[in-house]
Amino acid sequence: MDTEAGQFPLRCNEKVFRSIAATVVPEAGTLGVDDWAEFYSLVEHALSMRPPAIVKQLSAFVTLINLLALARHARSFVYLTSGQRYTLLHSLETSRLGTLRKGMWGLRTLMLMGFYARPAGRAAIGYRADARGWAALRTQGTAQ
Amino acid sequence: MIDREYDIVIIGSGAGGGTVAWELRDLPAHGLKVLVVEQGPRLQDEDFTGREVEMASALYEDGGGFLTAQGTMTLAFGRAYGGSTVVYTGTSLIAPERVIREWGVPGLEFTDLAGRSRAYAVHNNVHLLDAPEINDNNRLFVEGARAAGYHAEQFPLNLKGCLGSSLCNLGCPNAAKQGTHRVQLPAAEQAGVEVITRATALRIENRSVIVQVAAQQAGEKGLPSEWVPGEYRVRAATIVVSGGAVGSSALLLRSGLQKQLPMLGERFTCHPAHILVAEHPQPITNAVGHPKSYFVDRAAEESYVLETCMYFPFTTAKNLTGFGEVHSRFMRAFARLQMILVLACDRAVSGNRITIDRKGKPVVSYSFTPQVIAGLVAGTRASARIFFGAGALRVHAPTADPPLIERSDADRIDRRIDARHFRAGTTTVSAAHLMGGCSMGSNVRDSVTDSLGRVHGLPWLRVADSSLFPDALQINPYLTIMALAGRVAEQIRSEAGSLREAVTA
Repeated sequence: MDTEAGQFPLRCNEKVFRSIAATVVPEAGTLGVDDWAEFYSLVEHALSMRPPAIVKQLSAFVTLINLLALARHARSFVYLTSGQRYTLLHSLETSRLGTLRKGMWGLRTLMLMGFYARPAGRAAIGYRADARGWAALRTQGTAQ
Repeated sequence: MIDREYDIVIIGSGAGGGTVAWELRDLPAHGLKVLVVEQGPRLQDEDFTGREVEMASALYEDGGGFLTAQGTMTLAFGRAYGGSTVVYTGTSLIAPERVIREWGVPGLEFTDLAGRSRAYAVHNNVHLLDAPEINDNNRLFVEGARAAGYHAEQFPLNLKGCLGSSLCNLGCPNAAKQGTHRVQLPAAEQAGVEVITRATALRIENRSVIVQVAAQQAGEKGLPSEWVPGEYRVRAATIVVSGGAVGSSALLLRSGLQKQLPMLGERFTCHPAHILVAEHPQPITNAVGHPKSYFVDRAAEESYVLETCMYFPFTTAKNLTGFGEVHSRFMRAFARLQMILVLACDRAVSGNRITIDRKGKPVVSYSFTPQVIAGLVAGTRASARIFFGAGALRVHAPTADPPLIERSDADRIDRRIDARHFRAGTTTVSAAHLMGGCSMGSNVRDSVTDSLGRVHGLPWLRVADSSLFPDALQINPYLTIMALAGRVAEQIRSEAGSLREAVTA
């Protein structure tokens, strides 16, 4: 997917977005250009099925995360340590405010989709379901 | 707007609509025109790729992520030729006699439902899998249940030629699942029943259905609609609504029937569910073989049912609590994971209902009652015992904090897993057994239809799907939907003579 300005819905916060992704799924920190393109493609497809308001809310939520990082640590989320990032996101996930919990839940869902719905993401965790089922397992050893 | 005329229009092609279409298949030979209107696409065999997000987008409403108004639960329901029977696991159980008795619907007898259910089970090749077809994920469930003192039963399944792809919930890639898309609908079409896909019933007015037929978008799976895209007014002497709990309720609400049917959209239930995951020390067969072969039924005693399950990477990741290294470590153990689905048996309560927004889109309001949370917690405790009984190293329980329970903590399950850790909006809950909204009953004050699906005050309008349930079924609903649809169809058939006369006139 082309990730030039205006293409990816959360493009305006791309560095923060990637840092959040790598906090939710640490392995996302090692993704290459093609992997990110796949990641964005999945997220973009999911967002395309949602009302535009949801995309705006998520974009605002990414901005809010960065503002919280600036307020708490005087640094952008991108430059926090992995421990600081985790603590900040965890505070949102367990917030007393339902809106923040739901925002974090939505963002986390997108990150997990972008990472684990990719063929390489599935393969990396040893998931090898095959339409041929038992035959694939018995004859080629590819099902498990 | 293009005008069309039929004798009977069936809206929806799943377990309800597909069954009605099949039961009425001989009417076209007698001069009656029967039409099925399906919102989703007609997929071809090669469309079933087993890819998680791709198939979920093609087969489920909102890609399987339809959120409740509170944003605390996702609802999964299919939209395709065959409805949700394309994406379920084929589990085919007869309704518990206790539940049908509790429903107390005048004119609805358990023996009648059971007899019809058995007939559909035979017709759709329902049977028990042989031992060699059972994978480790299911075998460990049985062993763990035995060790923990629970009685595991085998699911009867509607399969023919199952290769064990494990991809049932993404649509069987081997055409093995005998849903209405493989059995009832093709037979009905062969006999002259028409089925149009990509066709959304917008509303019902003056014995007509206003239907919007959509063009196939670039990259969309399946065949184009059988009708030219556009808006149609389809007149019919009898209209059968079978769009599922959410779809049927929303359609009747869009048709402005709430004033004369005050119970429309009420009595919504859905068996809220947790996916539980446990890690074993060695790889097990889990992503091969049928995923849902056994269950433990504790509905009557403790308001929960446990079922074996095996979900796909993204679905699994989403259902695990938290994120970061601990979450990732669990995901990396995928080949060693065992899964159990905990379904809470909810009850119809005031406030849990289906409404529509200003654009006519369905809105499902659902709050978790203390009984539902108690059912989820009791089921999670039982599942943890089963996991450890089967030899698991650690268990992920959404109602524990922290959610990982190590084997060394197995004797503290009741303390670790507790209702106080259930936090709506953080604890992932999903549901796929959507019921109610057009419930059966005695009169307009307590229900929307009678026991034969006839809408109160509108005898030409019928309902035939899970929206008829006046309360939760407390077990997988498909055979019961078919049995109820069979009753609706039988009543329509008995009136076919007068329909023919009307046509002649």
